Amino acid sequence: MSERVEVRKTHKLYIGGAFPRSESGRTFEALDAKGTFLANMAKGSRKDARDAVRAARSAQSGWAGRTPYNRGQVIYRIAEVMEDRRDQLVEQLRAVGSTPKQASTAVDLTVDRIVWYAGWADKFVQVLGNANPVSSPFFNLSSPEPTGVVAVLAPSDPLLGLVSTILPAVVTGNAVVVVADESAPIPAVTLAEILATSDVPGGVINVLTGSAAEIGPWLASHMDVNGIDLAGAGDDAKDLEIASAENLKRVRRRAAEDWTAEPDLTRLAQWTETKTVWHPIGV
Amino acid sequence: MAFEYSPAPESRSIVDLKSSYGLFIDGEFVEGTGSTFKSISPSTEEVLAEVTEGSAADVDRAVKAARKAFGPWSKMPGGERAKYLYRIARIVAERSREFAVLETLDNGKPIKETRDVDIPLVSQWFFYYAGWADKLAYAGLGPNPKPLGVAGQVIPWNFPLMMLAWKVAPALAAGNTVVLKPAETTPLTALLFAEVCQQADLPRGVVNIVTGAGATGQAVVEHPDVDKVAFTGSTAVGKAIARAIAGTDKKATLELGGKAANIVFADAPLDQAVEGIVNGIFFNQGHVCCAGSRLLVQESVYDEVLERLKRRMSTLRLGDPLDKNTDIGAINSAEQLARIKALVKVGDDEGAERWSAPCEIPDNGFWFAPTVFTGVSQAHRIAREEIFGPVLSVLTFRTPSEAIEKANNTPYGLSAGVWTEKGSRILAMADRLRAGVVWANTFNQFDPASPFGGYQESGYGREGGRHGLAAYLEGAPS
Repeated sequence: MSERVEVRKTHKLYIGGAFPRSESGRTFEALDAKGTFLANMAKGSRKDARDAVRAARSAQSGWAGRTPYNRGQVIYRIAEVMEDRRDQLVEQLRAVGSTPKQASTAVDLTVDRIVWYAGWADKFVQVLGNANPVSSPFFNLSSPEPTGVVAVLAPSDPLLGLVSTILPAVVTGNAVVVVADESAPIPAVTLAEILATSDVPGGVINVLTGSAAEIGPWLASHMDVNGIDLAGAGDDAKDLEIASAENLKRVRRRAAEDWTAEPDLTRLAQWTETKTVWHPIGV
Repeated sequence: MAFEYSPAPESRSIVDLKSSYGLFIDGEFVEGTGSTFKSISPSTEEVLAEVTEGSAADVDRAVKAARKAFGPWSKMPGGERAKYLYRIARIVAERSREFAVLETLDNGKPIKETRDVDIPLVSQWFFYYAGWADKLAYAGLGPNPKPLGVAGQVIPWNFPLMMLAWKVAPALAAGNTVVLKPAETTPLTALLFAEVCQQADLPRGVVNIVTGAGATGQAVVEHPDVDKVAFTGSTAVGKAIARAIAGTDKKATLELGGKAANIVFADAPLDQAVEGIVNGIFFNQGHVCCAGSRLLVQESVYDEVLERLKRRMSTLRLGDPLDKNTDIGAINSAEQLARIKALVKVGDDEGAERWSAPCEIPDNGFWFAPTVFTGVSQAHRIAREEIFGPVLSVLTFRTPSEAIEKANNTPYGLSAGVWTEKGSRILAMADRLRAGVVWANTFNQFDPASPFGGYQESGYGREGGRHGLAAYLEGAPS
């Protein structure tokens, strides 16, 4: 009896809750650590990025309008579904060079990182906000609000780095367009499938595979993107920052980062805007 | 009927103006290496003093002085730094009348504003941040947050000394040293402030003041040894600064333009609302980045609001800024007046209907009567562009959703106003307005304890409160 031939998966983009191929029809090859072919990946284009921004924009206000408790539960649900898929993710990380121990630790840290961020959904407003003791008869309150649509050029850590850049934006109510690391894109597709089977509304997180060098400039210059995380940018980081100035995007510059360490709140705070409301006190 | 007023001018004898000023670097006034320019009174066009145009070499000298001072200043116990800031707060209060008169002379704004708003807030700002200097561990950035280093600060002409205080007080409290470039048309109170630093025995180099125009400001922003840039001014310059510091490690706070919606619902207390509309757009001749320059009135009260507004505008007194009864002072410069006139002409050409309060315009100086445009649509340039003058554009709406949609239909996002007696509506509107400051049943309120700053193209970072302190410490975003 002949051996069963496995059914392979087509690796696609994740935009607006759907899995389209690139509108450009292009693909690129994902390779393992030894340079062996793993899969053909959809190579996201300028138009795919534009579609993703549109999907993110239309999803953002609804997501921000969810209750903080609900956003926390939805993000926690991502961790639950990822835990279920841990063997698959470990295997994918091993394929790109991690030892079994490293891969297993990375997945552990990623799941725990998601849980950590889930808990922030109903707390960050208290930590970053303030009641302001103004010296006039006004009730004065400052609260952080989501910046809007945030583009992320994901760092080269293909799972933990990816999640650690997406979630701080999402937990506060932003919508994200992320360009996965080109050299190890398969875990990003798995993450997209996890998101699709969690309760994250379509469009809140959009995942593009392809070249950050090619897509990055379009996102940096896009007038309906409010912020950009350059964690995974290449030598064009300065040009991307210059392009971002056209609509004064909030920019997170590249920096050496240890993704395994517990994050501070700067990345989460980066994608918020402080709103201060004044109301008279009187009878 | 019109009230008759006798002139009630504040004496200017309290101000002792020198004929020319150098730069304040490393604790003393020094001569610059560049040229000079004149600062004039916009209400009379008289020359007040000659001021130095700081060159790139002068800026470099100032940055070096600030760098040298940074080590000792940042290592000084916070409680000792605090005492210098408290001294400054007290000296500004002691000399407040002198500052108020000088500010009014140099800027053209009414004495009642400099006397009752600008200068008292300056003193309060230093007093507030003085108290933070030994409490940085409570700023929410960890147990031992570090200052950034040398702050390069470039400020506008609309609230000259107040903008200085907003920039210098938190920077110094956090342990930074500063090089500050005041606006070209209003350098004099900053130079008087240098004297305050001397009277306070502030260590040399902690505050350096380099006067000049755009090129001087650019030299400050682009100096490689500046760690933090703080700018208040136009969105165009703010974008240029964002480009200039791209790829560096410099942090930035940008407070830029605005086109704020001031939304009046039918159930609003209309007399108060009209006062708020007038305060929102005619305070400081409308030279206010957070001015309520787009009035959104619910259709059912449109006629009534406009009638009351025009009646109230007719009582505004325009004239000598030193007169204590003056409501509307001079436009700050000939250049700004030309800009206002150009945009007003665009409003005429696009078909909006213009009405100006009947007031006598003095022969000398730069003036513009309080003006309101009706029949304005969202596409009109006077509804989209910042005029930065006493010109109000009026639009209407029917439902709260329509008001939100129109209010948020702008690339800016600095401030907004809401007028209604219904508390739940205020909170719902405040939630949905995309603006950094929302004033409900009030407008143009400022306090050192309250963060101020914009969304989108109104810039980033906050000034005031704990947030404004964090902008001068490591560990804060952007």
